[in-house]
Amino acid sequence: MKIGVLIKQVPGGDSPLRVSSDHSWIDETSVNFETNESDSYALEEGLQLREKKGEGEVVVISMGPDGRTQKIIKEALSKGANRCIHIVEDNARETDPLQTAIIFAKALKNERFDLILSGLQSLDLGMGQTGVILGELLGMSIATLVMATELTNESIRVKRELESGWFQWVTLPLPACLSIQSGLNQPRYPSLKGIMGAKKKEIKPLSKSELFDGNEHQSITRVYSIQKAKQTEMISGDVNQQISRLVDVMKTEIKVL
Amino acid sequence: MDILIVLENKSGSIHRMSLEALAAGQKLASELNLSLSILAMGKNGGDLANDVSNFKADEILLLENPILDNYSSDGYSFAFTSILGQEKPKYLFMGHTYMVRDFLPRVSAKLQIPFISDVIQFNVDNDAPVFTKQVFNAKLAADIVSNSHGTTLVSFQSAAYQSDQVESGSAEIRTISIDMDASVIKTQSEEPFKEEAGGIDLTNAEIIVSIGRGIGKEENLSIVNTLVDALGAELGSSRPIVDSGWLEPSRQIGSSGQNVAPKMYLALGISGAIQHVVGMKGSKNIVAVNKDPEAPIFEIADYGIVGDILEIIPKLSEAIQAAKN
Repeated sequence: MKIGVLIKQVPGGDSPLRVSSDHSWIDETSVNFETNESDSYALEEGLQLREKKGEGEVVVISMGPDGRTQKIIKEALSKGANRCIHIVEDNARETDPLQTAIIFAKALKNERFDLILSGLQSLDLGMGQTGVILGELLGMSIATLVMATELTNESIRVKRELESGWFQWVTLPLPACLSIQSGLNQPRYPSLKGIMGAKKKEIKPLSKSELFDGNEHQSITRVYSIQKAKQTEMISGDVNQQISRLVDVMKTEIKVL
Repeated sequence: MDILIVLENKSGSIHRMSLEALAAGQKLASELNLSLSILAMGKNGGDLANDVSNFKADEILLLENPILDNYSSDGYSFAFTSILGQEKPKYLFMGHTYMVRDFLPRVSAKLQIPFISDVIQFNVDNDAPVFTKQVFNAKLAADIVSNSHGTTLVSFQSAAYQSDQVESGSAEIRTISIDMDASVIKTQSEEPFKEEAGGIDLTNAEIIVSIGRGIGKEENLSIVNTLVDALGAELGSSRPIVDSGWLEPSRQIGSSGQNVAPKMYLALGISGAIQHVVGMKGSKNIVAVNKDPEAPIFEIADYGIVGDILEIIPKLSEAIQAAKN
């Protein structure tokens, strides 16, 4: 069983987010990068599937500049991934998921994974497409919003989240590409042994420029802060005054009473 | 054909977000003088086509094919690839629903065309639309343009445009067909199910009273229920309440729960994390009560009260009862 897991570096929750002076992206100096949330769940699911199967390898794949990518790769190797493919680029501006997936497809086509797992969407651009497009480009069967997995020899049965509290089980022939919803498992922490062992594991560097075909299908023209669109009426006074005004609002302005 | 709107078939009726995409499409059509077509498909697609025949459009397309009666990612991605090849629209607009997230990236891959997803608005610049999307967990916005020579796929976030802004008109129905057989579907889908009985659909509620961490403990739910009854509302919550097991999962609103847009959304003790906000920011009126004046929920509220919800809820219930009598 050969499992690939796509992981991405995104700004941590408490990192300062400032628009760069040319409004092309954010100012990344002093941003603390960490593994995208749903990608951590995808990695954990990959590790658990390998453990249940009792054989196989988990290969993590990430694209980005050296320092920050190495940080999340080493974390994944410490948690138990077997090896890693690092698509190296100097300037991370993945604004086109189709282009990103084409690069990944070229990098991975000879790996012949039985399974590729990715997080549902990234916290930075949030297109939610790269993993799905990659599966299509590699001719794999595909499911998204996966909340549980059951592996058999030739296929994988997955529980998909639908809208409004509905779910559905779908069985996919292998090889399959799954996008993983946060919360389906409990991502582990690296053990001390894992951290020591990670140092000996293979990190294979590939150059993005050699994989990039030059086509950008969509482009970001400007990044900016969102202006608050709404005027909020803050209802002041003591509690009785606040409630009296709120009931008045419900009656005369919102008209629900 | 310039703009194609595809109606998502939700068990025989039109998904609300498809009408929002139609409102967006009509706006782009009028600003750039483009033609607009609406496509109905899936089980009882003819009913959906009739439902939109009084809306402003150049034509309505109807695709009836038993293989597409039930949704599958394989079937839909194949069918859309064929349809776009035949009809060659410049833009395909749909709602950013779970179904669209599931199959539309595959169409982007098959046709090598861009998919600009989860868009909140567009503006026309130099005779072309510039699409705006929230990025970095909705803390910033990005303007995005398509470089496509073929179709550009676009999905709109819930409530980006308003379904009640759809313009009326009339259009003829044209039946289309595509060449496909059942062998394109490689996966086996089981019947959709709800996690437990009594799951509730909040998406059509007029009034939602929603509680968050500020409620403190499970015993305090009883005062909320009194308020819910007084208002004739439905009860919703943020994720922590469901994770604590105090309410069933179907009450959860937000990115991993339901997406709602009631006439009034009363947020009680909810801080306003982005995962919650995406599921309710389309509400017509948002009233927030929170003890923290810095809570982000006040950024999107129409009316705000800084105060203790445990004190305010019972008094509000009484005052509403009194106002109704």
